[in-house]
Amino acid sequence: MLEKNIYLPYLMRIEKIIQEAPGVRTFRLKFINEEDENEFHYRTGQFGEYSVMGAGESTFCIASSPTRKGFIECTFRQSGRVTAALAGCEEGSIIGFRGPYGNVFPIESWHDRNILFIAGGIALPPMRSVIWNVLDLRGRYKNITILYGARTVADLVYKDELMEWGRRDDVRLITTVDPGGDTPDWKGEVGFVPAILEKIAPPGENSIAVVCGPPIMIRLTFPVLEKLGFAEDHIYTTLENRMKCGFGKCGRCNIGSTYVCKDGPVFTYGQLKQMPDEF
Amino acid sequence: MENYIIQNGSLENLFDALVAGGKTMIAPRLKNGKILFGKVESFSEISQDFIQTAQSAKEAFFPRTEKLFGYTCSKNKIVLEDVDPEMFPEVILWGIRPCDAKSLVPLKKIFNWDTGDQIFNRRVEKTTVISFSCQQSDEFCFCTSAGGGPGSTEGSDILFTVMGTDGYMAEVLSEKGKQILDLNSGLFSKAESHTNKDQFLAAIPVRFSREEVSKKLASYFDSGIWENQSLRCMGCGACAFVCPSCACFDIQDESHGNRGTRLRCWDSCGFSLFTQHTSGHNPREKQSQRWRQRLLHKFAYMPERLSVYGCTGCGRCSRACPVDMNILQHLISIQEVDHA
Amino acid sequence: MDELRTRARELLESGKVQLVIGYEQGSGGKTRPAFVENPEKTDSLIFDSRCIQNLAVYVTKSEVRKKGRPAIVASVPVLRSLIQLASENQINDDTLVIIGITPGLELIEFKTLKEVGSFLEQYSLELDARDKEMICKLDGMEPALRWKLWMETLEPCFKCYACRAACPLCYCTRCTVECNQPQWLPVASHLLGNLEWHIMRAMHMAGRCTDCGSCANACPVGIPLTLLTRKIMLDANLNFGQTGPSLTSGNIMSVFRPEDRDNFIK
Repeated sequence: MLEKNIYLPYLMRIEKIIQEAPGVRTFRLKFINEEDENEFHYRTGQFGEYSVMGAGESTFCIASSPTRKGFIECTFRQSGRVTAALAGCEEGSIIGFRGPYGNVFPIESWHDRNILFIAGGIALPPMRSVIWNVLDLRGRYKNITILYGARTVADLVYKDELMEWGRRDDVRLITTVDPGGDTPDWKGEVGFVPAILEKIAPPGENSIAVVCGPPIMIRLTFPVLEKLGFAEDHIYTTLENRMKCGFGKCGRCNIGSTYVCKDGPVFTYGQLKQMPDEF
Repeated sequence: MENYIIQNGSLENLFDALVAGGKTMIAPRLKNGKILFGKVESFSEISQDFIQTAQSAKEAFFPRTEKLFGYTCSKNKIVLEDVDPEMFPEVILWGIRPCDAKSLVPLKKIFNWDTGDQIFNRRVEKTTVISFSCQQSDEFCFCTSAGGGPGSTEGSDILFTVMGTDGYMAEVLSEKGKQILDLNSGLFSKAESHTNKDQFLAAIPVRFSREEVSKKLASYFDSGIWENQSLRCMGCGACAFVCPSCACFDIQDESHGNRGTRLRCWDSCGFSLFTQHTSGHNPREKQSQRWRQRLLHKFAYMPERLSVYGCTGCGRCSRACPVDMNILQHLISIQEVDHA
Repeated sequence: MDELRTRARELLESGKVQLVIGYEQGSGGKTRPAFVENPEKTDSLIFDSRCIQNLAVYVTKSEVRKKGRPAIVASVPVLRSLIQLASENQINDDTLVIIGITPGLELIEFKTLKEVGSFLEQYSLELDARDKEMICKLDGMEPALRWKLWMETLEPCFKCYACRAACPLCYCTRCTVECNQPQWLPVASHLLGNLEWHIMRAMHMAGRCTDCGSCANACPVGIPLTLLTRKIMLDANLNFGQTGPSLTSGNIMSVFRPEDRDNFIK
């Protein structure tokens, strides 16, 4: 037998499927083998390769927090061959999982700071892990603000958890939808995320910002954060690129000499500025 | 490390002994009008007078299609079948050039960068590299510019250098090489201490400075030079697939009914869909960006991250390219450009 | 050659074209495709019997088209490909300027693709005698032996797709092999996958291939691909009367005529 076959996945059973939004699902996965579960450790920000035998592998972040044991979760939108096969799975189906890969959100360095989470659309999943990680260790951090927007009300993911965050008095939650995306009973904001950010204007001093969203949203959000006084090394994002192996060998995820699977996917704005325009 | 001499006739005896030993012999031989590496069983099958084979010998440790594991799916159960490295054949690569042997250096680095790929490593363990140094070269060779040379020993277990008409000098470079020597000691005699192979090696002038080019490349990311160089590139994978150092791969599942295999197969950064996201966004949607990736990866990113260059100067890519994307010419022109 | 360079310079200087696609001296004693935008640089253009790469492959490439209107140095094989591309609506009279080169190495200007078509009538597609003989031999073989022969011949193929890249008629922006929903052809290069790829490509060439030989010339491991493409050409001729590219007769696989033989229905 091979010492360790790095391509061999863990077998996971789908314990629960939640339909988050049109085409978007969350899977709660449990390890089939107890030894696998015992040896498996991950930290917030890391990702994995999820697979359906016969269809292939797909890269998603681990959307659950490592403070919660016994399972991992991922959220994905049906968009290609593998996600279509995953979407065809039922509760009880078995899928493969390889991981954890990538670097982590350095949440230890965020103690005693304010944290501002900004997410758009399907980009909330990578942030959900770090949000719950931070909330589960609430006492270590100062003010926590979550600004989340989607195109329409229906596109908002983790609707139940949004309500839970909104109900907490130790979290400030602002949700928004694009103009025209609101429904008659929508009580949140209406406007693009960067515009709402300008409106709420949280100060950048002693604060961390975590931003995740479609490229256009990120591009417009960074300047606002800089204006508010956030240091570029305190603004974090998580990048997506075409990834396959997860451990720096298949050669396709690099941006210049930076490998998203090894040096990322978590990067600071300061690091992004150094990278060539190749993502 | 000691040097030995083996006479011409004895070289063939050595070959026969190795075949008889049961290992798979891979050597250059004629096929389809080209010199390709393939399985050989008799000495006469081996091509003798040539500069370089069309494709590399990396198949021995990095096959074009590699089973990663098998799976059997049934209702409510999946059984995974791991790879058994005992099934990997013992291979002897006979007749490869120093530039090919040297490619083991970057390949080992890639496949062991933080995480070790044991499938690759076990195949390397089972491969013996018997190289022959070069007495001739052509305009496509640039091993001396790539940190190697026609008599370089890097990566080889035994390096043979033909000494005029007298036979071959054999440099025994590793435990594997020594085992072969010991098993066939009658065929070898100790070389005189003054025996020097240099006079029997091809003269290959250095054409560019690797370090200088590497430094320049990093600052030329946004240069228009890539478009100029790559306009004729058609985006096939010939260069990557004949290259002994290229190791980019794809992972694919192939099923038959409820059983199947997850495979690793060769891929090329030159293909248009190599970096395409499912959303349709492609960070390298133009051929010029993909050509840039090829050069920067080999000459800038790999030295920076892995402390090794991704090119051994064998020149195969240039020979194989249907439109003569001569990598040596491109590198020289990069060195000559003053600014981007 | 002087005439060619002069004509190229004239076309660039007059602004009639922004780019000349031709050949220049390459390495290893071969020629290679050249792209000249500067009228001062037309001296690099050459033409001789070594110029075998089919330049028509570039007229469908977006990076080339973005440069503006090209002129293309076109020998008979290239002219045939241009006619086929025109019949498939990939180019028209306005897309490019064609600088034709006769087999006698003379320059010949074409004002329209129709003129090219008429010119080509004297150069009907004739199969190489050696290939014809080999195809007959293959046809006469026992299926099991023929299968074995093809498996051996295709064994070196590692799916680099140089054959596809070099072919001017393989211009699909998303090739069949790049579809994964469903995965029509396996990605990996094993014997069966290789055979499927080559047969599929040959079938897609049915009635379209103009026998330029670029696919076989491009193959880095020397696979005799023209055996497959010429076999399909022979079949196209036998079953559909196809004799070469035409601006008017339509594609044999997409045009129906009542007199088409339906002897495949038995």
